[in-house]
Amino acid sequence: MNNSIYAANPYHEEERRHTISVIVDNEPGVLARVIGLFSGRGYNIESLTVAETRHRQGLSRITIVTSGTAMIIEQIKAQLNRLVPVHSVSDLTIEGPSVERELALVKVDGVGEPRVESLRIADIFRARVVDATNESFVFEIVGDTGKLDAFIELMKPLGLVDISRTGVVAISRGPEGMSGQE
Amino acid sequence: MAKDQITGAAIVIKALQDQGVEVVFGYPGGAVLPIYDEIFKQNKLRHVLVRQEGGAVHAAEGYARSTGKVGCVLVTSGPGATNAVTGLLDAMLDSIPLVCLCGQVPTHLIGNDAFQEADTTGITRPCTKHNYLVKSIEDLPRIMHEAFYVASSGRPGPVVIDLPKDVQMALGDYTAPTKVMHKSYKPQVKGDIAAIKEAVKMLAKAKKPVIYAGGGVINSGPGASKLLTNFTQMTGFPITLTLMGLGAYPAADKQYLGMLGMHGTYEANMTMHDCDVMLCVGARFDDRITGRLDAFSPNSKKIHIDIDPSSINKSVRVDLPVIGDVAHVLEDLIKVWKSTQAKVDEKALRSWWKQIEEWRAKDCLAYQKDDKIIKPQLAVQRLYELTKQRKDVYITTEVGQHQMWAAQHFRFESPNHWMTSGGLGTMGYGLPAAMGVQVAHPDALVIDIAGEASILMNIQELGTIAQYKLPVKVFILNNHYMGMVRQWQELLHGSRYSESYMEGLPDFVKLAESFGLKGLRATHPGELDGVIQEMLDADCGVIVDVAVAPEENCFPMIPSGAAHNEMIFGADVKTEGAIAEDGMVLV
Repeated sequence: MNNSIYAANPYHEEERRHTISVIVDNEPGVLARVIGLFSGRGYNIESLTVAETRHRQGLSRITIVTSGTAMIIEQIKAQLNRLVPVHSVSDLTIEGPSVERELALVKVDGVGEPRVESLRIADIFRARVVDATNESFVFEIVGDTGKLDAFIELMKPLGLVDISRTGVVAISRGPEGMSGQE
Repeated sequence: MAKDQITGAAIVIKALQDQGVEVVFGYPGGAVLPIYDEIFKQNKLRHVLVRQEGGAVHAAEGYARSTGKVGCVLVTSGPGATNAVTGLLDAMLDSIPLVCLCGQVPTHLIGNDAFQEADTTGITRPCTKHNYLVKSIEDLPRIMHEAFYVASSGRPGPVVIDLPKDVQMALGDYTAPTKVMHKSYKPQVKGDIAAIKEAVKMLAKAKKPVIYAGGGVINSGPGASKLLTNFTQMTGFPITLTLMGLGAYPAADKQYLGMLGMHGTYEANMTMHDCDVMLCVGARFDDRITGRLDAFSPNSKKIHIDIDPSSINKSVRVDLPVIGDVAHVLEDLIKVWKSTQAKVDEKALRSWWKQIEEWRAKDCLAYQKDDKIIKPQLAVQRLYELTKQRKDVYITTEVGQHQMWAAQHFRFESPNHWMTSGGLGTMGYGLPAAMGVQVAHPDALVIDIAGEASILMNIQELGTIAQYKLPVKVFILNNHYMGMVRQWQELLHGSRYSESYMEGLPDFVKLAESFGLKGLRATHPGELDGVIQEMLDADCGVIVDVAVAPEENCFPMIPSGAAHNEMIFGADVKTEGAIAEDGMVLV
């Protein structure tokens, strides 16, 4: 038995995946602060996206997908809130329903039947062709992480060459916006 | 160009003056010369020249902790900034408000590997509460004022302002500080009143309560210590303090159980272990306090008052968090306690105290007396006895055994009189910190209780003490070992004293004299009082070299990986196997 006070999880709790949305001042170093916080304290980052969302107020939204026990997730949120340029932090996973989307560009090469098959599957997944040559396609697909994973899985035997993914962006459902950007 | 525009360097000085800064600790260099030039031209702001930038930061910490004001540091770019890093992290972990101004190469050279360039904001990001790189003169006045607000409000901490040389020389408009709310940083000061009411209910129902208070009480100001004392005495609850909290409650009071934690008293740790309601006030359940986490106070309901939401549930799950400034929350707690006419369970409390008195009777700080060799505990006790009639005694320490002996045997009746590196455990902290305290309180008695290993880490600051004629007293418990390292090697590593014996030590008496200070030595218990008295009578800086028992261990002790009720003591300690294998990996 490990009684170490530094054990990662002294309470042996289940880890859960959370999507956390952070509104920050769009200033130099703010992303480094967030990333440094995660690496310095040993938290996971499964995906991270960042872009300016309110130009006039100089605000950006960072969407982080992370996993941890309830206690760790609470810590992550508290630590994020402690950063001076952070306006607000919301945990979209527990604060009511939300929408998550990710975009991927998937390059597949091949000729003949596999090439036709890849196009057929792309159609089923409502992926668009954004580039084509005689022996390749680049598909653009939008959806949640699971849908993208499934599509990529199916492309593997059909000549998958390269993938570029944006990481998750997310927003809460319903009329309310996130605090901190009034 | 408007006529009333001034240089960035002048803006810096004006802002410091408007923020009430009286003294800045620093060391000049190429990238801060414009600021030093402005310092030369004025008389309001005093500059104390240290001997290494690390000393400047610790001095500012000592200044801040003994006054409650923001400490201010000025260093140059590159090595100036990197030398300051340890002190910044020390201030971060102990929540000490500092503003550290660093010079930087001109903006057009940033990223060019220029001479004395360092990525200061990158390096200091994880060791400051916040940092700024000033890229334009227009931002300078705002950033200067904002830095003081961020450093001193909420949970205090160090703030770095990186100042490129061209910004220091550019012309711009100065704006005075205003009371504008920060756009994103808004710490919560008032506690939630519903939670406070709930806390009163829990505390009134308690049969075995304990108050566990820490550095947050000190940081909240002397008013917080008064309120804590009021509440403790109103309820009759036992109280224990962390290393950072010493002085927040008068040590002479009978309700005080002493310090808790790894080298805390038996009665404090047992009370924590067996209590049924714990009121944690401005402390953070640090690993030196809790010992083995899954055996920490297993049967208690825990109430946690803290200004920093990230302290809540970080390592120990609490039942009732109250986010807010300690003084504000305690004020409301007392109000609610009185208005609801809450009553403690007198009968239960009496039997709880009876139990505590039994633990106390163990006299856990006792040590084997010796009439030939000076025991380090005796040295600290005599120092305390011979100075306790004075109200203006400030103690700083370095890090190690002497620090724990000082915490155990020196007694503090009021806050802001005890300065020690708690969170980071920085050897070399005590001498520069004492310097900062003495600058803030020129007539006070400031003593650095030191070890001979730690003192050498910032020994260069003797030069500062000499230059400014600071009457700092350095009281070295000299055992020729890195004592705490040696103690752990004895307990954990089969007494294999790997690299923990100090050879080539200076003659501290001659060392003091070489700086124009007074040097004294005590080698026999009979000389101790006389030497201490001579030290106290001197009106200059003094080094006292006290030759103490070399292999004395600091007890009681909660071994790593053990629980509060598994303390080991001086007499019954086993040298082998005292710490289980899995405790060995801990520090």
